[in-house]
Amino acid sequence: MSLVISWIDVGALEAIPRQGARVVATPRGDVAVFRTHDDGLFALDDRCPHRGGPLSQGIVHGHAVTCPLHNWVIELASGAARRPDEGCSHRHAVRLERGRVLLALPADAGPEAAGHG
Amino acid sequence: MTTQNSRQGQQERGGRERLVVIGNGMAGMRAVEELLAIDPGRYAITVFGAEPRGNYNRIMLSPLLAAEKRFEEILLNDLDWYAANGITLKAGDPVVAIDRERRVVTARSGLECGYDRLLLATGSDPIVIPVPGRDLPGLVTFRDVDDVAAMVAASARGGSAVVIGGGLLGLEAANGLAARGMETTVVHLAGHLMERQLDASAAHLLEGELARRGITVLTGADTAEILGPDRVTGVRLKDGREIPADLVVMAVGIRPNAALAREAALEVGRGVLVDDDMTTSDPEILAVGECVEHRGQCYGLVAPLFEMAKVVASRLAGRDGLGFTGSVPATKLKVSGVDLFSAGDFSGGPGSEDIVLRDAGRGVYKRLVLAEGRLRGLVLYGDTTDSAWYLQLLRAGEALGELRDSLAFGRAYAGGAVTQDPRQAVAALPDEAEICGCNGVCKGRIVETIARAGLTSAEQVRAHTKASASCGSCSGLVEQLLAVTLGEDYRVAEGAEPICGCTPHDHDSVRRLILARELKTIPAVMQALEWSTPDGCHSCRPALNYYLLCAWPGEYLDQAAARFVNERLHANIQKDGTYSVVPRMWGGQTSAAELRAIADVVERYAIPTVKVTGGQRIDLLGVRKQDLPSVWRDLNAAGMVSGHAYGKALRTVKTCVGSEWCRFGTRDSTAMGIALERMTWGSWMPHKVKLAVSGCPRNCAEATIKDFGVVAVESGWELHVGGNGGMKVRACDRLCKVETAEEVKLWCGAFLQLYREEARYLERTAPWIERVGLEHVAERLSDPDRRAAYHRRFLESQRHAQVDPWAERAAGAEAEAFRPLASVEG
Repeated sequence: MSLVISWIDVGALEAIPRQGARVVATPRGDVAVFRTHDDGLFALDDRCPHRGGPLSQGIVHGHAVTCPLHNWVIELASGAARRPDEGCSHRHAVRLERGRVLLALPADAGPEAAGHG
Repeated sequence: MTTQNSRQGQQERGGRERLVVIGNGMAGMRAVEELLAIDPGRYAITVFGAEPRGNYNRIMLSPLLAAEKRFEEILLNDLDWYAANGITLKAGDPVVAIDRERRVVTARSGLECGYDRLLLATGSDPIVIPVPGRDLPGLVTFRDVDDVAAMVAASARGGSAVVIGGGLLGLEAANGLAARGMETTVVHLAGHLMERQLDASAAHLLEGELARRGITVLTGADTAEILGPDRVTGVRLKDGREIPADLVVMAVGIRPNAALAREAALEVGRGVLVDDDMTTSDPEILAVGECVEHRGQCYGLVAPLFEMAKVVASRLAGRDGLGFTGSVPATKLKVSGVDLFSAGDFSGGPGSEDIVLRDAGRGVYKRLVLAEGRLRGLVLYGDTTDSAWYLQLLRAGEALGELRDSLAFGRAYAGGAVTQDPRQAVAALPDEAEICGCNGVCKGRIVETIARAGLTSAEQVRAHTKASASCGSCSGLVEQLLAVTLGEDYRVAEGAEPICGCTPHDHDSVRRLILARELKTIPAVMQALEWSTPDGCHSCRPALNYYLLCAWPGEYLDQAAARFVNERLHANIQKDGTYSVVPRMWGGQTSAAELRAIADVVERYAIPTVKVTGGQRIDLLGVRKQDLPSVWRDLNAAGMVSGHAYGKALRTVKTCVGSEWCRFGTRDSTAMGIALERMTWGSWMPHKVKLAVSGCPRNCAEATIKDFGVVAVESGWELHVGGNGGMKVRACDRLCKVETAEEVKLWCGAFLQLYREEARYLERTAPWIERVGLEHVAERLSDPDRRAAYHRRFLESQRHAQVDPWAERAAGAEAEAFRPLASVEG
């Protein structure tokens, strides 16, 4: 089965607070789009690999976010939990074009399919 | 059409090709110079310029304004140069139309001029934001020599100036005006200066330097209007502030000047579209400089313009070769005495990493952004000696390899001779190396004192040698010296553990230094105390936010990004990502109206669980995030405000019914509880704080396991402190007995302020009192004057803190925090 990924304009960069995140609601659940102190953009499923906490509500520091439920630290670039914790949140590709945030989402994929960051 | 021009066209026909250059600026003339160098006789060249003068160095306008240079010194090509090179210069007569079919340009004077090749170098226009009053006399932009002349004339009359825009040009304008004696304010929309070139830390240093030069900087300031009936008298911001001004400089940015190209039906985006050969959609027309858009990018800095000029010259000379493929822009702020450099992309992104070097003593900040082992961007402040070297590494784009580890130390260390391990680096220092600059203490003296006096802690070193006793920025070095000298025997003293992995400083040192050095923002603390990460972590950022809030009430701006989610959203996050809402019930007393409003809210928003808490409040559990503002609005309407059940803050004041109803009650404990809660609600604390008031020694309100507990007795009120339930139950210590309700309030405020000022973040009153001892607390509060001073400071802080966060958000504040950025359909 072929996977169609499309870039979707989800809003302006300014709509996401620095050192913060906003959520994009999708049929497969919320995706958290993070903006770091240096304006880096990252997107992960809004679920901590530990107990499903909403990562979008965590404190964003460097290129990592701390889950608000039990303080797991998730690397934004990889979605992986920082050791000694283990687990991974699903990544989505995201980029900035002329001030707009574009998020890659599978257009007609099943629940298993998704973009790759 | 004039006869003179037709003649000129004919003269060249059949002879040399005719090149017409529109624009007498830096990019156009650099292209001509490059062309003359490689193919001098090829073209008959005509240059049209809007300004009635020769070609000057526009980037030197800032030194011109600051009176560091004269116009003659910034002139690049005088009129003789044009003559000597056979170039016809039409200065002060801009081209107004291009006829591509006839290959003729028309100037404002009506003069026509035919071309074989045309070069557009029309540069850019300053952006003037469309606010009322933008046409008033006294408002200038900062773009050419005439603007500078207007500013110099204005400054000769003295008075004050407002510069709108805190970017490169705006700051240079501000510096020049301040140097000419004007009282200068910079008004900047973004959260920090030069946000496109600098990160927050470097911008903070810059702001400090500008302040020392008497320049006031207002960030997050959005201009609403230029004031004045006949000429500018000031600037009004959207938040209502008004700043008087005799001169307003608009320096918010530039826009490519592509009007001429657009009218000639060339392809235009933001600028004139060109390919890698700098050729427009018409193959006979090239473009160069700030007017072009190349691969989606417009350039406003000089280096890329010069690269473009080289390509233009080679194409005009009929040569192939490497085209323009884009450029890594580098920025240097031309404010004398300020060393600031940034280049490349320091916006981070997936897979990038930061190397941060801070040297507070020298005022140096370096941030290097790496990706895939290559240098991708950098910010240098205070020490730009290696900027050329870094830029070379950046442009080469080669893998750094072993260079990576010593990269931050600059070129001199790049040979690999210097070790990265800080402990080894300290060990390698000579004995005469100065460790503490403030007190002039060298390494040899510290090592000798450690050995002679048998010192084992940084505190002791401070006491014996004065090293790190002043500004504290060498504390890390002192620790390293102890470790090197004592080897295995050295242990970091208990209680002096660093806040987190981002810093060697402990909580108490950070608080001391925030006050001593008047650090007033999180970036300021991180810079001055040499944080090792760019923006801290989830441990240190909330701590710093609290310390700054406590140190500078009313002055420090609370940072949402430094708050745990509960304190950001003013509700308690639950395991399923929903929230709980606890309205305040003063002293635990409620009414039919409040209960009815709560019941309505529960039904309206289908709230699944309603629970009574241990602190005598009602908890609504399972509220969806997007419903929070409406829930609060409805509770607000019934007179209820945030209960702060979510914060490191005053939570509840629990009471019994007291003498109003109870047959044993000796005093009105409910009224006392309500009074205390009215005084203390909304206050931020190192940790949660709970109060209780019991009306008799039976103590039904459990006041003796509270942070501050009051128990009424026949002869007055007993005050208890430092208790809590929870994981490790601790009963209170009895502090004292007082007689009047006023005294209870005074002691309560004073005690809470002492706790706020001395306890470490996330330390409740119980462990704090165990650590410092009840005697210490009693001693601090025993003197009536000092007690009153603590109480006064508490009330002063409360003046700024007692704002209902629910009401603000119900009214629409931070609305975006509660709703998705976007929703994507399947």
